Amino acid sequence: MAEILAVSVNGLVKTYSARSIPSRSGTARGEGSRGPGRRGRRSSAAPALRPAPFAEVSTTPATLAASAGRAASPDGRIRAVDGLSLGVPVGSVTALLGPNGAGKTTTVEICEGFRRADAGEVRILGRDPIVDAVALRPRVGVMLQAGGMYPGARAGEMLRLVAAHHRHPLDPAALLDRLGLTDSAGTPFRRLSGGQQQRLSLAMAVVGRPELVFLDEPTAGLDVAGRRTTWELIEELRTAGVTVVLTTHAMDEAERLADQVIIINRGRVVAVGSPAELTRGGAEGQLRFRAPTGLELGKLLLALPDGTTAHEGPTGHYLVQGTVDPQLLAAVTAWCAGNGVLAEDLRVEQRTLEDVFVELTGSELGS
Amino acid sequence: MTATDAAGPGTRGPAGRGRAGLLDLRPAPAAATRARMFAAQTRLELILTLRRGESVLLTMIIPVGLLAFFTAVDVLPSDTEKSVDFLVPGVLALAVMSTAFTGQAIATGFERSYGVLKRLGATPLPRSILLAGKTAAVLAVEVIQLVLLVAVGFALGWDPSGGAGAVPSVLALLVLGTAAFSGLGLLMAGTLRAEATLAAANGVYLLLLLIGGVVFPLSKLPGWLRAIAEVLPTAALSDGLRDVLADGSGPGVRNLVVLAVWAVVTLGLAARTFRWE
Repeated sequence: MAEILAVSVNGLVKTYSARSIPSRSGTARGEGSRGPGRRGRRSSAAPALRPAPFAEVSTTPATLAASAGRAASPDGRIRAVDGLSLGVPVGSVTALLGPNGAGKTTTVEICEGFRRADAGEVRILGRDPIVDAVALRPRVGVMLQAGGMYPGARAGEMLRLVAAHHRHPLDPAALLDRLGLTDSAGTPFRRLSGGQQQRLSLAMAVVGRPELVFLDEPTAGLDVAGRRTTWELIEELRTAGVTVVLTTHAMDEAERLADQVIIINRGRVVAVGSPAELTRGGAEGQLRFRAPTGLELGKLLLALPDGTTAHEGPTGHYLVQGTVDPQLLAAVTAWCAGNGVLAEDLRVEQRTLEDVFVELTGSELGS
Repeated sequence: MTATDAAGPGTRGPAGRGRAGLLDLRPAPAAATRARMFAAQTRLELILTLRRGESVLLTMIIPVGLLAFFTAVDVLPSDTEKSVDFLVPGVLALAVMSTAFTGQAIATGFERSYGVLKRLGATPLPRSILLAGKTAAVLAVEVIQLVLLVAVGFALGWDPSGGAGAVPSVLALLVLGTAAFSGLGLLMAGTLRAEATLAAANGVYLLLLLIGGVVFPLSKLPGWLRAIAEVLPTAALSDGLRDVLADGSGPGVRNLVVLAVWAVVTLGLAARTFRWE
């Protein structure tokens, strides 16, 4: 397939004065549930990619940008997005992954036409998001991070209103049903739970049958069932040929949904690739086991492929690093058997997207 | 791109999901007709206005209450006319102000702060139709107010002058007044924080109620205050309505000019300064 880009961003720059950093509307929203943390497990790997100190991430917008290490220029302006470039193929699901304050929302809002870039070129379906806004609006669905509803409107009313702005909308009732909101259709927006508000916002983004949807943190604050419902809908959107761009700081979400993951930090793209590509690079995996201390690892290495390393960490704890595949596992266990050693607690540890992320950004996501 | 073949790929997805599995998510982007958007927008704006208790209090209960109270108590010394004949035009002006200015300013201010205007800006809805929908909803509420107040007025013995010939003058005044008050309300809602708009809109409402010739004649005000009041839109509207409905004369050029100037200046300023986020 020829490379056709639904979204093309080149050299995007956006600065804010220290005062005018956009705040997150609806700050009270809870952070989404996350998978079990794997922090620290990789600490011994110490990949060369890791930037020196861990950036401290706090929760208020003003300190976010500052603590994310964004250089303020001499006039006190902060570069929220700093020469960012990315491309989103038509029909793909692309996840923009990054810590709070990385510039994800700013990038997405520029693509949506809500903000004007200071420099750089943005093409949405081949068009300019601000100049060609009228032509683009029917084709692009938008899910804001929060808010955007008449506070007194009921969920069903709000969705029917947006449906009425489109010529061939989805049936609002069927869409509410799909998202588990049928029972809440008569509930005023302000009395919906955070998760219900999120799902309604998602429904509003897709009800007009767009070609391209931007979902800004679609599962933040959702419970497990809500996340699954949202994921299934996003997967169906892809099957139907809709291009999806979503921001997230949930690793498992990016890993499960995305064809392409774009890791953003400090306003720049630091890595691009499919989840498999990203997790394959660098130290691919490691094998740990316990055994009596003082094994002759030099002889073990002779039995293993080139590029594999092995060392004894704490006494009796062994670490083998390299391409962890069945052959490697067999070679290690065969060598142990040949030497009359019982390897205990043998564990294979795959590199996860979170490991890649921590290496690249020095941040624990969302912590 | 078309929306046909809905029975085909619409059935994809995991089985056993019931009718919700029939969503056809394939792209079919197109804006609705402007008429459909306008109708949907007007309908929701009107429903939301009538659903808000404080808005019904402001636009219906307070004007009717003032009319009934001051007619019954008759504390207003008027020289020749019955107090109800004096009060109905003033209360009509108050009703227009409460809907087009106070109610609209507060609602729009909060819509802005809740990101509604931003969100709707991302749909195919043009801003002109968003505003047209708001205006149509305001006019619809005013029709309800007018019917209600005229009915209560007649029940209280109101005896308007001018007959059917007064209708065009009254409509011209009401439309100009609506434009002037909408401009003022949107100017506030588009520039101030929602909370500041709430406070200011209520404060201005109370001020204009007192010095706008609604329940007290302007002639009772001290000279300097009267000079100020006469160039305010409430006084111009209540005075003009009173000229037509109580005195049987024309609406008065000065009143029309005052309202027109307010309308042009405030709508122009609002258009220049309105921030959608």
